Amino acid sequence: MSATEIHDPNRRDFLYVATGMAAVVGAGAVAWPFIDQMRPDASTLALASVEVDVASLTPGMSLVVKWRGKPVVVRNRTEQEMKDGEAVNLADLKDPIARNENLPADAPATDANRTTPGKEAWMVMVQVCTHLGCIPLGQEGEFGGWFCPCHGSVYDTAGRIRKGPAPENMLVPVFQFISDTKIRIG
Amino acid sequence: MSEGHSTYTPKTGIERWFDARMPLPRLVYDSFVAYPVPRNLNYAWTFGGILSIMLVAQILTGIVLAMHYTADSVLAFDSVEKIMRDVNSGWLLRYLHSNGASFFFVAVYIHIFRGLYYGSYKAPRELLWILGCIIYLLMMATGFMGYVLPWGQMSFWGATVITGFFSAIPLVGDWIQQLLLGGFAVDNPTLNRFFALHYLLPFMIAGVVVLHVWALHVVGQSNPTGIEVKSKTDTVAFTPYATIKDAFGMIVFLFFFAYFVFYLPNYLGHPDNYTVANPLKTPAHIVPEWYFLPFYAILRAITFNVGPINSKLGGVLCMFGAIVMLFLVPWLDTSKVRSAVYRPWYKLFFWLFVADAILLGWLGSQPAEGSYVFMAQMATLFYFAFFLVALPVLGLIETPRRLPNSITEAVLEKNKGGGHHPAGATAAPETKG
Repeated sequence: MSATEIHDPNRRDFLYVATGMAAVVGAGAVAWPFIDQMRPDASTLALASVEVDVASLTPGMSLVVKWRGKPVVVRNRTEQEMKDGEAVNLADLKDPIARNENLPADAPATDANRTTPGKEAWMVMVQVCTHLGCIPLGQEGEFGGWFCPCHGSVYDTAGRIRKGPAPENMLVPVFQFISDTKIRIG
Repeated sequence: MSEGHSTYTPKTGIERWFDARMPLPRLVYDSFVAYPVPRNLNYAWTFGGILSIMLVAQILTGIVLAMHYTADSVLAFDSVEKIMRDVNSGWLLRYLHSNGASFFFVAVYIHIFRGLYYGSYKAPRELLWILGCIIYLLMMATGFMGYVLPWGQMSFWGATVITGFFSAIPLVGDWIQQLLLGGFAVDNPTLNRFFALHYLLPFMIAGVVVLHVWALHVVGQSNPTGIEVKSKTDTVAFTPYATIKDAFGMIVFLFFFAYFVFYLPNYLGHPDNYTVANPLKTPAHIVPEWYFLPFYAILRAITFNVGPINSKLGGVLCMFGAIVMLFLVPWLDTSKVRSAVYRPWYKLFFWLFVADAILLGWLGSQPAEGSYVFMAQMATLFYFAFFLVALPVLGLIETPRRLPNSITEAVLEKNKGGGHHPAGATAAPETKG
């Protein structure tokens, strides 16, 4: 026989359990809006796509547009920059994945996969360092691509991370050439 | 030292009336007048009091600044300039507040190093130490968010980098980062919530300070010998002895503070923060406030992947790990002797650690290139080795010097050795037998 006395559940037991359950569910329900309100709001989420006229960009020129609060660089690369990008051995890359939202998630980070077919000279890329979000400086650093002044990450001419603390290649957003001189980002 | 009963005796009718209803005067008397303190406390022990007045000063100047500041990404920068130029005495209040933050950290670093040197974290003061570490964390969060409010270039990019830490967390990192920012990049929602939190956190600090002082008054103060108080002769009354010493320390500290406020108000700041925030242009060289520089150097030192941990996550883990070390100190140190005064090897390593922390701070202010990266990696290695190797191992292999039997004995012995003060008995009450 058990040493503790077993008694039938009484009204207080019922109230104890019911109150406890209501308090737990209530606390969760009340906590959620406090967390939820911190998430990006509707106006921030309204995903605008941007159209850019790139007719004026001759090889070696770049422009930057703001998309979702972040700078997107459009660069018409020089012959030399493309050659440098293609010459890279994939085994030397810190991040071997293309990070191109127009391609499957596991596409290798070849120079071609960082651009769009038929327009290999053009780099369209979110110019935000994948380390901690600074804006790398263009055409700087030992690979002639981008150099992040914050923590010394060095990217090559295809925006691939080569050196420093950043873990990933810079992101290529969803984009397409809607004419020969116009790009739609997003 | 909670031993002994209260010695408060209400003298006037109104005191008796209060004492019977809510004995607040008794609490104040027992805590700040009759409270026994070790007779050998040196000036390193005045920083607790100094930190208290710095907290109060920051809250006061902060509240009046909030009356003139506008937390809006379009208006914030100009509203700070308006405080500087148009608001009566606004320049003074803002310089008091911005330099006050720096001097708050000066005081807290001296306070922390004092605790490390004299082993103030050892049993039974572990909880006291941990409460202090929590205050330090809250101070860092408050300081960081405060620096964002003027909405200059360093504000913006500092916020970008620091909130970027959270994106290093696997799987949920990006979600958490967006939760903090209220968007995909630092913007108006970020500024608004940082202002609200910057206003809230100091009051949370004040709450934890109450717990810190409560814990202190239960276990009593440590002292330079690290020997517990054993008898009444080991202590003096808080008032007048500690009160005067603390007050003198505060005044001297405030002289240094005032010198910076009036003569070098922007010395500890950064000129880039007088340029309005520009989301499309990162300054050539981002540095955080000076008091974060050692941790910033540790963050940047990790430039290599370690197994599944990439360099970014590794840097963030090391940086937070550097602070976690402080929390673990009471259990990492295996020595039975508290004070470095009696621990020759620990004393050496302590000063090497101080030098290492200063070196890391300097490296944090330099660009992350060339030999600086290697030096930062070595200094980071030493930082962790101090906690994870030196503290546990020294306690096991070191032969401490002979400890005096009591605080009184230590004080009298010292007095015998250096008898320069024949008439100094009244000036140095701690040496009176």
